[in-house]
Amino acid sequence: MVQMSRRDFVKVTGTGLALATLPGFIRTGFAGVGAGDNPYNFYFQRFGIDEDMIRKVMAEALHYGGDYCDLFFQNELSNSIRLQDNIVNSASTNVTLGVGIRVLNGNQTGYSFTEDITLSSMKAAARTAAGIASGSAKAAPQSFNATKLMNYYDTKVSYEDVGVKDKVGMLQTINDDVFKEDPRVVKASVNFSDSEKYILVVNSEGGIASDYQPMLRISVGCTAEEDGRRENNYFDYSARDDINFLTEAKLKRLPREAVARTVKLFAAQTPPAGEFPVVLSAGSAGILLHEAIGHGMEADFNRQGISVYSEKMNKKIAAPFVTIVDNGTNPNIRGSINVDDEGVPSEETVLVEDGILRTYIHDRISAKHYGVKPTGSGRRESFKHYPMPRMRNTYMRSGPHEFDEMIASVDYGILADQFTNGQVNIGPGDFTFYVKSGSLIENGKITAPIKDVNIIGNGPDVLEKVTMVANDMKMAEGGWTCGKNGQGVPVSQGMPSVLVSSITVGGRG
Amino acid sequence: MEKNVYLDLGYWVQKKAKQLGASQSALGINQSRSVSVDYRDGKVETLKESTQQSLWIELFAGGRYSSHSTNDLRKDSLEKFLTNAVDLTGFLTKDEFRRLADPELYKGQSKVDLDLNDSSQGDITAEERQARAKALGAQLEGKDERIISVASGFYDSHSESYQLASNGFEGHKESTSFTHGVSVSLQGAGDKKPEGWRYYRARHLNDLVGAEQTANEALARTQDRVGAEKIASETMPLLLENSNAAGLFWRLMGPLRASSIQQKNSFLADRKGEKVGSDILTITDEPSIVRGLGSRYYDGDGLAAKTMPIFTNGVLNNYYTDVYYGNKLGWTPNAGGSSNLIVKPGTRSGAEIEASLDRAILVTDWLGGNANGTTGDFSLGVAGWLIENGKRVKSITEMNISGNYNDLLMNLIEVGNDPWIHSSFRTPTMVFDKVSFSGS
Repeated sequence: MVQMSRRDFVKVTGTGLALATLPGFIRTGFAGVGAGDNPYNFYFQRFGIDEDMIRKVMAEALHYGGDYCDLFFQNELSNSIRLQDNIVNSASTNVTLGVGIRVLNGNQTGYSFTEDITLSSMKAAARTAAGIASGSAKAAPQSFNATKLMNYYDTKVSYEDVGVKDKVGMLQTINDDVFKEDPRVVKASVNFSDSEKYILVVNSEGGIASDYQPMLRISVGCTAEEDGRRENNYFDYSARDDINFLTEAKLKRLPREAVARTVKLFAAQTPPAGEFPVVLSAGSAGILLHEAIGHGMEADFNRQGISVYSEKMNKKIAAPFVTIVDNGTNPNIRGSINVDDEGVPSEETVLVEDGILRTYIHDRISAKHYGVKPTGSGRRESFKHYPMPRMRNTYMRSGPHEFDEMIASVDYGILADQFTNGQVNIGPGDFTFYVKSGSLIENGKITAPIKDVNIIGNGPDVLEKVTMVANDMKMAEGGWTCGKNGQGVPVSQGMPSVLVSSITVGGRG
Repeated sequence: MEKNVYLDLGYWVQKKAKQLGASQSALGINQSRSVSVDYRDGKVETLKESTQQSLWIELFAGGRYSSHSTNDLRKDSLEKFLTNAVDLTGFLTKDEFRRLADPELYKGQSKVDLDLNDSSQGDITAEERQARAKALGAQLEGKDERIISVASGFYDSHSESYQLASNGFEGHKESTSFTHGVSVSLQGAGDKKPEGWRYYRARHLNDLVGAEQTANEALARTQDRVGAEKIASETMPLLLENSNAAGLFWRLMGPLRASSIQQKNSFLADRKGEKVGSDILTITDEPSIVRGLGSRYYDGDGLAAKTMPIFTNGVLNNYYTDVYYGNKLGWTPNAGGSSNLIVKPGTRSGAEIEASLDRAILVTDWLGGNANGTTGDFSLGVAGWLIENGKRVKSITEMNISGNYNDLLMNLIEVGNDPWIHSSFRTPTMVFDKVSFSGS
């Protein structure tokens, strides 16, 4: 849980300013209180609730029966600050507060929410959600038992204690570095955003769990000109961490990478169209896993029988050196969570073990359907949404091959370095990912740079074509957000360098 | 929404912001109620109902600017929120271009009743919503033995907002939206389970396309996907289905914005008045279509919405210019973004055009991809049909189209007479020549 210690931000900026004189970004109207005897006092006070209110709301939610109900309280404070045209001239803040109430009746869901956390408003919302059932009333639990949780993001500094002036200085320094990096740069922009989300989940089985979920993202974009041509690119970091994540080394790397990625594009060509071997660089290439298999392993699609993986459990789907996990416990990684949005502790879930399909990604509904334990993957965008099985950090473990060995094995193909987005059709398994930049591989050597190509393949087919996996697994560094049924949640992904023996590259001619 | 309550709150916030040091402000208060019902295979899957409200405010204090939003509208919370917001603004750098719109630009709103609010929405009962969602799916019972699952849904919402600017703008909007749709999964070859869907949206309930047509189209679109495969890479004409053409055109909206021009991130920069497309490329932004999905009286800056040509016979006429980037560029602001897009129609229907093509690919679905707004390069995943001698001869998938918008717009060779009116982008069938398709 967060400790409200006031560690100076000067460690990052070296400005040595008197922080006490600077306002943080927007604070809530709630008093920040420390944990007392009841570990949930902090959250109860934050939301202005107590156990008796929760029981009364649950009684309303279970008025027509139903198998289960839960209450999801959320308070989130988000800030962003932006530099453009050499000045830090824009900032924004957002405050979110509310509670979502869900009633399950078999695999049917009734859902409602309110932004007004008073007993009367919550009871009204609960009665709406209760309408999914039509039986006789059930009683709310008499007592609530704390869910034991680990902490995968032990932060020391609240973003409420990070001064605006320090953020301004940080952005200004990055901007100056961007222009120093290369004379071809004509425009730069720097965005820094942070958020602190407080959640409390209480359910009709008597479970109660809370979490403090911090997040930062910083991105640097630039446009450069050469011989009348312009190119634009960016580099970003994101982490479930406090401000100390941004070390001096990272602050120096941001402008350097952003500029290098931009000017590299001047020499880049579009590759020819067709099927080629593709080597994916270690890191954010994990987007291939997210699209090619991750979504297809979300158990709601399998429970409905509409995923291409619905009949593949415990079958061989890839080479024996392919192991793919979805993990919510990687320290400070963007997709990590101590607890999911249904109050289930996070875990590491092995999707593919040594080439064999092993476990779906479950929420409570699908876990009950399959008679297994939920995997801590029930996530939602906010209290305005009901949870669904979602990925957290999806990655492939390192394999037995070497990167150089892969490149040497390719006569003509593509090395894909930077990725921006991807998509999948769950049923047929077709998926895409967009390569912002990479290189050609010719006669076993990396040659000319390439850019702006979409790669399209079929999930099960491509997994079979992963013929080499290197020993250099790396997590993505940037801020990825996964969208499903209109809900976005922060995720991450990782990958060792991988050779896909053949896949369709969206080139020209 | 009770007019006086929210308007009073808006003016209270405006006054409070001024007292705290923000000499100027623009703000909006939104409230919406939405209900959604989802069925799957004859049973309710989810029922969701919600009412929400929020406030956004832009502060202009001492030549500095910031923007804020909250859903906690209690006055004591708002006072703390505003105090912190104004304090924060003081730490930013002055920006001479951050100003409210010239009040002259607030004038001239359409006098037409856009009829965006269906007053009958409040009378729809929970039972009726469920019956509508259920009936959509029920249309497909027994229609195809390969059906694995049919999901159907009915969604409606009512939204209302007040918008104020401290230099004299006061606006009020009220609208409804109704959407229904069906998605279908079929058992295909092997483990493949092709999926397809059809959704329709309208401002008024009675304008929704009927349940039978919606469901049948969803099934037909799914059946079309069975057995789809990639074919060899080839450069040939792209026939773009009317309901799908917006997938190509919304990517032009970024490069058409003044922000992209000023930030040197647009391949359309410095080309106003130039020919950037073929002679038949004529697109107009039309905010005053009665019941239009993108219709409006004013935009987020309070600018009165007016008809604006974007391309006329291939010539680029206008960029979307908001107040801030207009100030930076020295241009008169016109609109922050698109409303409804109207494409000047041709003479033939989509079916007639299709029948006239010797060899082409009809694109009916997109899958991922992206475009580089700075250079105009694009690469997009597609599925659809190979057309030979005017006939659909092979269902295709797992292919890409790639190229540059500069070439693509010049290669627009035919436009249909069949605009897709169920979207704010009212695109007809279109044919682009010489498009590079990559496959096997």
